[in-house]
Amino acid sequence: MRVLLVDDEEELVSALAERLSLRGIDADWVCTCYDALERVESKTFDIAVLDVKMPKMSGLELKRRLQEKCPDMKFIFVTGHGSENDFRAALTEAGTAYYLVKPLNIQTLIDKMNQALKGMEASHELEM
Amino acid sequence: MSIMSIFERLKPDFWDHGDTDQERFKHLFNFRRIWKLTVALTAGVALSPVISMAVFDYNVTHDAMESEIVLRTSRLVSNSRRSVSFFLTERKAALDFIVHHQTVQKLNDSAVLTELLDALQKAFTGFTDVGVIDASGRQRTYVGPFELTGKDYSDQEWFEEVLARGVYISDVFLGYRQLPHLVIAVKHNLPDGSFYVLRATVDTKRFNDLLSGLQVDGGGDAFIVNQQGTIQTPTRWHGKVLEKMSLPVPGYSPATRVLQYQGVGGKSLVVGYAYIAETPFILMIVKHWDELMKPWYKTRKELFAFLAASITVVLLVILGVATYLVNKLHETDEKRVTTLHHMEYSERMASIGRLAAGVAHEINNPLAIINEKAGLIHDIFILKEEYAGDQKLIGLVESVQSSVERCGAVTRRLLSFARHMDVDIRPVKFKELIEEVLGFLGKEAEYRGIKVNVEVWDQIPTIESDRGKLQQILLNLVNNAFAAMADGGRLDIKVYRRSAESISVEVTDNGCGIPEVDLKRIFEPFFSTKKTKGGTGLGLSITYGLVRELGGDIRVESAVGKGTSFTVTLPLKAKQRKRLDT
Repeated sequence: MRVLLVDDEEELVSALAERLSLRGIDADWVCTCYDALERVESKTFDIAVLDVKMPKMSGLELKRRLQEKCPDMKFIFVTGHGSENDFRAALTEAGTAYYLVKPLNIQTLIDKMNQALKGMEASHELEM
Repeated sequence: MSIMSIFERLKPDFWDHGDTDQERFKHLFNFRRIWKLTVALTAGVALSPVISMAVFDYNVTHDAMESEIVLRTSRLVSNSRRSVSFFLTERKAALDFIVHHQTVQKLNDSAVLTELLDALQKAFTGFTDVGVIDASGRQRTYVGPFELTGKDYSDQEWFEEVLARGVYISDVFLGYRQLPHLVIAVKHNLPDGSFYVLRATVDTKRFNDLLSGLQVDGGGDAFIVNQQGTIQTPTRWHGKVLEKMSLPVPGYSPATRVLQYQGVGGKSLVVGYAYIAETPFILMIVKHWDELMKPWYKTRKELFAFLAASITVVLLVILGVATYLVNKLHETDEKRVTTLHHMEYSERMASIGRLAAGVAHEINNPLAIINEKAGLIHDIFILKEEYAGDQKLIGLVESVQSSVERCGAVTRRLLSFARHMDVDIRPVKFKELIEEVLGFLGKEAEYRGIKVNVEVWDQIPTIESDRGKLQQILLNLVNNAFAAMADGGRLDIKVYRRSAESISVEVTDNGCGIPEVDLKRIFEPFFSTKKTKGGTGLGLSITYGLVRELGGDIRVESAVGKGTSFTVTLPLKAKQRKRLDT
């Protein structure tokens, strides 16, 4: 499984990538949307984990751009913000979209990625 | 039942209103004062004409009655005086006629005199005897039942008076037969300068009949006294004939007069009297004031009864109307204040929501970084051989992770309060929903011996709402109730139709209750009474958020020591509500 992590928080995304790598997942990370768009040119990813709120381009916009380039790519949205609009947008953006709230539980993230790859129906748990 | 407890039952809602003045939104009015003012003013305006009319009428009729009594008495006295006067004058005139018609020689003939007495007795009743007295005072001839011929009257007072005035009418006296009599004497001058006196005794029976035949109202009677106050004719109340009467002798007056006396025993008497000219007599008519006033007392009683009834009716109407109106006013103002409270509360919740969201956002990112870094350290300790094995460090980092997990839970809850995930509206059957929720908590209830009673009205329709959120709401409320109750408590869940568009779910426990001070803040985030037991203070605030999300409303009633009741009212069709943080 090849994963691209996109988040403007370098500290976060680098540590996350390393943790995934330790679990045998091929995880790349970038801090800007443009880097992400560039990175997919040179490498194929099965799944992208995108922060919803990023400077210059939102995760949703980025997802659209990435999908153009890699139609088979799955997406998981991560947010530190609780805005309902973001969430609603994320839901409508992709049928197979997944939505996680920071701070992440590494195991949950891995489970979601596996589900996404298997193309299971999106479901979200009641967040409390 | 005491007066106080009757008052407590009748007391309108606004009566104790003054107590809530210290609250934030004041009522516009002092209801008790308005009520008192209204009652006092209307009662004053309505009753004063009634009362003054009654007082006026009382005085007028009273005065009219009094003057009527005086007038009637006065008239009766006048008429009676005329009768008495006429009676005496008539007899005097008869004697006058005789002395003018007969010569003294004829009168001294006892046969003629007998004939005359006979004629007098027939024509004018009451004559007992008649006698002729010469200038020396000796009775020359006498006809009558006694042997009075030759009696010398020269030294008697009456003889002197008849000489002086030409006529004399005596007081009543007891004659030889012990019967009251009076004497009438006339003097006749003879051509030779000498004179004689014709003297007749008149029985007072006629006199008495005349007076006792009078219709005297007011339990009174009519009688005659002489100027010394000696009773001349029988009276019912004021003494015996020829004794002093019990009343003082009224002062001389040429005309009829009416006076008021305090009689024996403090009874008020009306005394009408008249001095009968040329006689020693005073005609008295004495009536009892109370007797005379009896019809008036009756009228007065009726007047008072009518007045009391009018006042009662007017007061009742005024009290009723004033209470009704002020109550309405109070209700309206109460609604206004409640709305203000509600608005303020919603407003506060909204701003707290915004604040919570802001804080959560700001904390979440660094928290996520800590999470990942700690996670990485943990991973390294576990997954990389060169770092493996230091259990102490693993323990430390795990503790960091679990703390981050806890922080994360708090920020998620805060965000959850501020906004919610999508509302997923589907038909929901309440009965099933409650069963599901109780499924989660059934074990706890069983273990703690809590009796759960579910009552869902048959008519509850399937509602369109978010099942997950409803579950969460119910779960939170039931959880709260469980926390508030001691083992062996009782929980009631009631679902009923509120209106055409809404249903209500009532969750009632018999737990410890919530103090009134806390009730106002209970839906605020981080407000917890269970802090020592590990509550975050977010449960009810989230519940509140969820209910609002579904377009509903949540209310709480509680009594310390008795229990708490949460009522969630939900629309049959959930509407999308505006978020709290927009």
